[in-house]
Amino acid sequence: MIKAILIFNNHGKPRMSKFYEHYTEDTEQQIIRETFHLVSKRDENVCNFLEGGLLIGGSENKLIYRHYATLYFVFCVDSSESELGILDLIQVFVETLDKCFENVCELDLIFHLDKVHNILAEMVMGGMVLETNMSEIITQVEAQGKMEKSERLQDVFVEFSHQDLLDFYNQMEMIQTQLTR
Amino acid sequence: MPAPIRLRELIRTIRTARTQAEEREMIQKECAAIRSSFREEDNTYRCRNVAKLLYMHMLGYPAHFGQLECLKLIASQKFTDKRIGYLGAMLLLDERQDVHLLMTNCIKNDLNHSTQYVQGLALCTLGCMGSSEMCRDLAGEVEKLLKTSNSYLRKKAALCAVHVIRKVPELMEMFLPATKNLLSEKNHGVLHTSVVLLTEMCERSPDMLSHFRKLVPQLVRILKNLIMSGYSPEHDVSGISDPFLQVRILRLLRILGKGDDDSSEAMNDILAQVATNTETSKNVGNAILYETVLTIMDIKSESGLRVLAINILGRFLLNNDKNIRYVALTSLLKTVQTDHNAVQRHRSTIVDCLKDLDVSIKRRAMELSFALVNGNNIRGMMKELLYFLDSCDPDFKADCASGIFLAAEKYAPSKRWHIDTIMRVLTTAGSYVRDDSVPNLIQLITNSVEMHAYTVQRLYKALLDDISQQPLVQVASWCIGEYGDLLVSGQCEEEEPIQVSEDEVLDVLEGLLVSNLSTPVTRGYSLTAIMKLSTRFSSLNRIKKVVSIYGSSIDVELQQRAVEYNALFKKYDHMRPALLERMPIMEKTATNGPSETVQTNGETDSTILDTKHLPSISQPASQVGFLKHGFSIQTCAHFRSNPNPNIAVITIHATNSTEADMTEFVFQAAVPKTFQLQLLSPSSNVVPAFNQGSVTQVIRVLNPQKQQLRMRIKLTYTHKGSPVQDLAEVNNFPPQSWQ
Repeated sequence: MIKAILIFNNHGKPRMSKFYEHYTEDTEQQIIRETFHLVSKRDENVCNFLEGGLLIGGSENKLIYRHYATLYFVFCVDSSESELGILDLIQVFVETLDKCFENVCELDLIFHLDKVHNILAEMVMGGMVLETNMSEIITQVEAQGKMEKSERLQDVFVEFSHQDLLDFYNQMEMIQTQLTR
Repeated sequence: MPAPIRLRELIRTIRTARTQAEEREMIQKECAAIRSSFREEDNTYRCRNVAKLLYMHMLGYPAHFGQLECLKLIASQKFTDKRIGYLGAMLLLDERQDVHLLMTNCIKNDLNHSTQYVQGLALCTLGCMGSSEMCRDLAGEVEKLLKTSNSYLRKKAALCAVHVIRKVPELMEMFLPATKNLLSEKNHGVLHTSVVLLTEMCERSPDMLSHFRKLVPQLVRILKNLIMSGYSPEHDVSGISDPFLQVRILRLLRILGKGDDDSSEAMNDILAQVATNTETSKNVGNAILYETVLTIMDIKSESGLRVLAINILGRFLLNNDKNIRYVALTSLLKTVQTDHNAVQRHRSTIVDCLKDLDVSIKRRAMELSFALVNGNNIRGMMKELLYFLDSCDPDFKADCASGIFLAAEKYAPSKRWHIDTIMRVLTTAGSYVRDDSVPNLIQLITNSVEMHAYTVQRLYKALLDDISQQPLVQVASWCIGEYGDLLVSGQCEEEEPIQVSEDEVLDVLEGLLVSNLSTPVTRGYSLTAIMKLSTRFSSLNRIKKVVSIYGSSIDVELQQRAVEYNALFKKYDHMRPALLERMPIMEKTATNGPSETVQTNGETDSTILDTKHLPSISQPASQVGFLKHGFSIQTCAHFRSNPNPNIAVITIHATNSTEADMTEFVFQAAVPKTFQLQLLSPSSNVVPAFNQGSVTQVIRVLNPQKQQLRMRIKLTYTHKGSPVQDLAEVNNFPPQSWQ
C-alpha cells in the first residue's frame, strides 16, 4: 500500500501532497519537512530507496524517490509494494503529467494543483495502483476536463468583468516576457 | 462584495511574498474573505473558494472551516463543484470528524448517477477515506458496480472493495460472487485491480486462499499471453508488455503457491520461462525478475529453479544500477537462512559491496556478510570486515563491532586469533563499542588462561599509544591490574616480550586517573587495577600514596573505593592478599548481542513422573525438562540475536542417576512445520551413572513466524543391556525463547 505521495522542490516547498492514511495537519507538515530533510541529503549516484522517517512509520516503510530537475517525487510505501515497480510508476506519472501539460515544469504544478490531483486520482486510489496505462489515463482526464469546460461556458459571459480583462492582459504580458527571456 | 479572486491570482500573490510573515498575512486576509463568503452562502463562488482553501491547506495553514462547504459542493448538481468537493473531502476530512457521515447519502446517490465520471468520483472518495460505518452502508452499491460491464467503473469498484474489506473484514464474503469472472476481462486496468482485490482477499482469509487456488491455471495463462504476445503499443513500457500487471500476477501466484504442492507444480514452468526470457537491460525487466525470484523462493519450487533464482540475484549484484544491487542484497538477506549454500557462492561479490559508496548498500552488505560467516571462511571474512570497520561511517561502527564480536566468539579458530581480533576492534573502533561488551571481553580474556601474558602485553602497548577510547582503556586497565606481574616479568611466549618496569606500569595507570579523557567509570577501573598490583608488585609505598590521595576525591565512587582500599592497607592488611587474588575462570552465561537477549536457565524440580509413557509435561512455565526414573534432561534455551533473531539455541543436558550407564544414547527431536531444526553433534553418547557426568547437545531452531515453540523428543539408549526407547513432548518453553 502507498502511504503518501509528495512532490516538493529543491528548497522543500510542497508542490503537491496526498496522504492515504490519516494524520493531523501538523503531522502532515512535519512529515513533508522530515522527508525533504532525508531526501535532500542524498547524493546523485546513490540508490533511490530510503527507510522512512520516524513520523511516517520508521523502518517498516520505505521512501522511493526520483529527482527531476527542480522537483522531488517521493512515494512512501510499505513492504507490500515492489520497490522497482514503484520506480516505474513514478516514471509513468511524470510522463503523464508531461503529456497533459505539454512539457511540464514546476510552474505548471504550482498553478494547476487541482489538475495534478485529478490526474493522480486516475492512477492511484486509496493507496493502491488503479491504472498504469498512460493513454487511458489521459483519455479519462481529458473527458472530465471537457465536462467541466462545458459547465463553465454557460457562465463566462456573466462573470466577465473589467477587472478580469485587465488580469487577462497582464497574464499575457507575463507569458510573453517569460518566452522572450 | 467584489467577486472572490481566482485560485491563480491567489497563488501569484502568495508567490510575491518575500518572507514567511508576509505570506502568513496574505493568507490570513484571504481566509477572512473566504470565511465571509461562506457565511453569505454564495453558490457561484463556493467552488473557487474551496480550491483556494485546499491550496492553503497544502502549504500548512488550518483549513478545517471549509469541511462543511465541501459537503455542500458534493451535493451540488454541477460536475465541477462535485469534483472540488470530493477532492476537498479527501484532503480535509477523515473518520475522526463526525461531519463525514453526512457524506454517506450524497455518495450513495452519486454511485447511482447517470454519468460515469460522477460515479467514479464517488467510488474514489469512498475508497480513499470511507469509514467503517460508511463502508457498511455502501458495500452493496460497490458490489453492484463490481459486476458492471463498464471497465472504467469496474476497476474503481474493485479497489473500493479492497478498502471496504480492509475496514470491515466481515463483508468479504459479500464480494465473492462478483469475483467469479473478474479474470476473464480483457481490459488491463480491470485485470490489474482485480488481481489486487484477489490478493487482499487471499491474504486476509485462509478459506478464500484455498478457494482461489483453482484460479492458478487462469493466472498462468494470462501471464503467458503477456509474455508471448508481440508489441502492443498501449501497454508497452520500455519494450515489455504491461510490466505492472505481470508483477501483480507474480505476487498473487506467490501467495497462492506458498505451502501448496499442486499450485507450485503448476507455476514452475511459467516462472522458469519468465526468469529466462525477460529482457534485463531496463529497470522494468529487472522489476519483473525481482518479483519472479521472490516468488520462486517462497513457493515449493524444485531445486533447479531455486538455484536459478539465486543466480539471478547474483547477477543483480554485479549490475551497475545501484537500485538493483540494493534490491538483490535485501532479497539475499531474506533467503540466506534457507538456502545458505547457494548464497555462499556469491560471497565474494557481497563482500565487494562493502566497499560501495552508497550507505544503504553498505549496510545491507554488512548484515549479509555477518549472516554468511561460518567456520570455514572466518579468517578471510574477518579480514574484510575489519577493513570495513576501519573505513566505514560512525553510524555503522557500533553494529559492525558487535557483529564482529559475536562472529569471533562463535567461530574463532584459535584463542590467539580471537584476542588479536578483539584487540584490532578495540583499537580501531574503540569508542563505538557498546558498553556491555566490556564485561564480555573481560570474561573472555579471563577464560583464555594461556594467553594472559600475551594479552596484557598487547593491551599495554595499545595504552601507550592512545588512551582516548574508553572501552579499550577499561579492558586494558583491568588486565594490567590482574596480570601486571606477567607483564613486568617478561614472560610472553607468543611474541617478543617487552621490557617494562613496575614504575612505568604505575605511571600509565596513574596517567589514566588524572587524564581529562577518562570517564569516571574508567577512573574506577584504574584505581582498582592499581590496588590489585599491590599484591603483585613490590612498590607498595607508591601504591599506598596514590590510594590515599584519592580518599579525598570529589567523585563519590572513587572516594569510596580509595577509602576502602586504604582501610585494607591499614586495618585489614592480613586479608589483602586473599581479596586481591587472581580472578578465577568465570561461568559462561549467554552473550549479550546488540538487541535484547533473554537467557533462561532450565532447572528441573524433583517431581517424579512414574509412568513410562507420559506424553507431555506440565510444569510451571519457567521450568522446562523431562524426568523419568532417575534419568533427567534439562534444557537451557538461549536466544541468540545477531544475525538472525528468529533462531533459538537450546542446549540439553542429560544426566543419569541410576546405577548403570546409558550407552548408545541418541537424542532426536521433531518440531512443527513452521519451524526448522538443526541438531548439532552431541558431546558423547554415553550418559554415565550416578550423575557422574552429562551429555550435552545443542539444538538450533529457526522460528520465523514466532510461534510457540513445541518439540517432540525421542530418546533411544541401552540400559543394563536392553534397548530402551522413550517419546515425549515438551511444550512449555518460556515465552522469551520464541518471541
